[in-house]
Amino acid sequence: MNPAFSVIFLTTLIGAAQGLFLTLFAAELFGFGLASGEANFLTRGAVVAVVLAGLGLAASFFHLGRPERAWRSAAMWRTSWLSREVIALPAFMVLVALWGLLHAMGSGSTKAVGGLAALAALALFVCTAMIYACIRFIQEWASVFTLANYTLLGCASGAVLAAAMAAQAASALQMPFTQTALAFTLMGAVSRGASLVRNSRLKPRSTVQSAIGIKHPQVVQRAQGFMGGSFNTREYFHGKAAPFLRNLKWGFIALAFVLPAAMLFAALNGATPAWLGSVFVLQYAGLLAERWFFFAQANHPQNLYYQVVS
Amino acid sequence: MTQLALVIDLNVCVGCHACVTSCKQWNTSGSAGPLVDDNPYGADPTGTFFNRVQTFEVGEFPNTQTVHFPKSCLHCEDPPCVPVCPTGASYKRAEDGIVLVDYDKCIGCKYCSWACPYGARELDEERKVMTKCTLCVDRLYDTSIEPERRKPVCVLACPPGARIFGDIHDPESPASMAIAERGGYQLMPEWATQPANHYLPRRRVEMAVHPEDLMRVDNPLQLDGAQPELPQGPGREDFAT
Repeated sequence: MNPAFSVIFLTTLIGAAQGLFLTLFAAELFGFGLASGEANFLTRGAVVAVVLAGLGLAASFFHLGRPERAWRSAAMWRTSWLSREVIALPAFMVLVALWGLLHAMGSGSTKAVGGLAALAALALFVCTAMIYACIRFIQEWASVFTLANYTLLGCASGAVLAAAMAAQAASALQMPFTQTALAFTLMGAVSRGASLVRNSRLKPRSTVQSAIGIKHPQVVQRAQGFMGGSFNTREYFHGKAAPFLRNLKWGFIALAFVLPAAMLFAALNGATPAWLGSVFVLQYAGLLAERWFFFAQANHPQNLYYQVVS
Repeated sequence: MTQLALVIDLNVCVGCHACVTSCKQWNTSGSAGPLVDDNPYGADPTGTFFNRVQTFEVGEFPNTQTVHFPKSCLHCEDPPCVPVCPTGASYKRAEDGIVLVDYDKCIGCKYCSWACPYGARELDEERKVMTKCTLCVDRLYDTSIEPERRKPVCVLACPPGARIFGDIHDPESPASMAIAERGGYQLMPEWATQPANHYLPRRRVEMAVHPEDLMRVDNPLQLDGAQPELPQGPGREDFAT
């Protein structure tokens, strides 16, 4: 597929927002937030999470040909994971905003609202991943790893951000958050590594023989029917050479997993907010590359019909 | 239930692209608005087409065959593009099985085109909505067109008649008969989309000429070589017709 930056920013930004909120809510469940300064910290976290998710939502509009009709996209939630995501994302944002507001007002029912927001965050991970995993003939996507990667990488990114925020304003949480971020980064590395291994071994189920229904071992396309470009030649191929993809793969492995894990490991003995903040920025850049690669690696069977111009 | 479809005879298609141009002409002139043709005379033209003819070479030289392969939306009976649409703009008509896009509801998210393994959908870069073959639904029920021409224009345009249009759920229709008698098949059966459009396979064409065909074995001349007598005036045969 040809990666769209709108979707890359959408999925990485909302993943960080979900991870950040889930980390903060976990801290609340462990008894954090009773003191007044602590509640303030949770409110600030909620604001950051809502802003990140809002930026992701804004980015998603750039993917649409007709953004003014976006309101229609919640209609088919019974069948479409995209429609379900369109419902889950604003629900998550509203619930997190409400959770932050309740903390700011010092209300007691924050855990109930937070629990609902956590459910929304998890549902949003499932919706976002299933948009890709449910397309059975894009074999690189149709796997449980898609679900695991979206969830673990979002949690890792958000936990790093939570650790950076804690280093600045809630030192009691810095160590557990750093440990959480390291754990999610390592789990994400294992899951993403496993999906890379799986995808490298995939055998395409569709061939040019099944595409045109002629059972002969040697079938070669000689013309695709037109010499200019078309939607079919632009949308489904990234247009980069194989070495670019290979380099990008090692680049995102280094930026999203190896380097952040090493820096988080070093931060287990204490770190400045700037150190943890730079871990977040580096890992986010790595996750952008990871998402680009996720789309570029997907090999759409329609490309079998568009192999030779003429 | 009716399922309208095209049955395309790969044994007959000569790759002339008449179906492509007639499709473009009809659908760019319709009430849904023109199909974009961006930069048509420039270095890098691009445009929306509902139908393409592609060419494949089968076999190894010199034993090769050129296969011209027309491809448009296959109007799957279980279309994977329909359930993924978030707005309901993509739908399959219950009454005749045609898969359509409501251009007024489409938000242009392209998700349906990702969910079509055949690449049958094209985003119109001008209208910014997803477009696809409509099976000329605006011709099929138009009573101002004479009944025998209420068919997709590609079918009417095809010079050698390689495209058969009909209801594949009606076993008596020419389309169903062609599928049944000539081994009509579906594309990418591995994904269980059950395309309604079928393709008829190439057939080995041989002209068997036996010696008897060149020289009649029952020719009486072979017996004794005696020539028949010349007719004396008009005989019965001269008044036969």
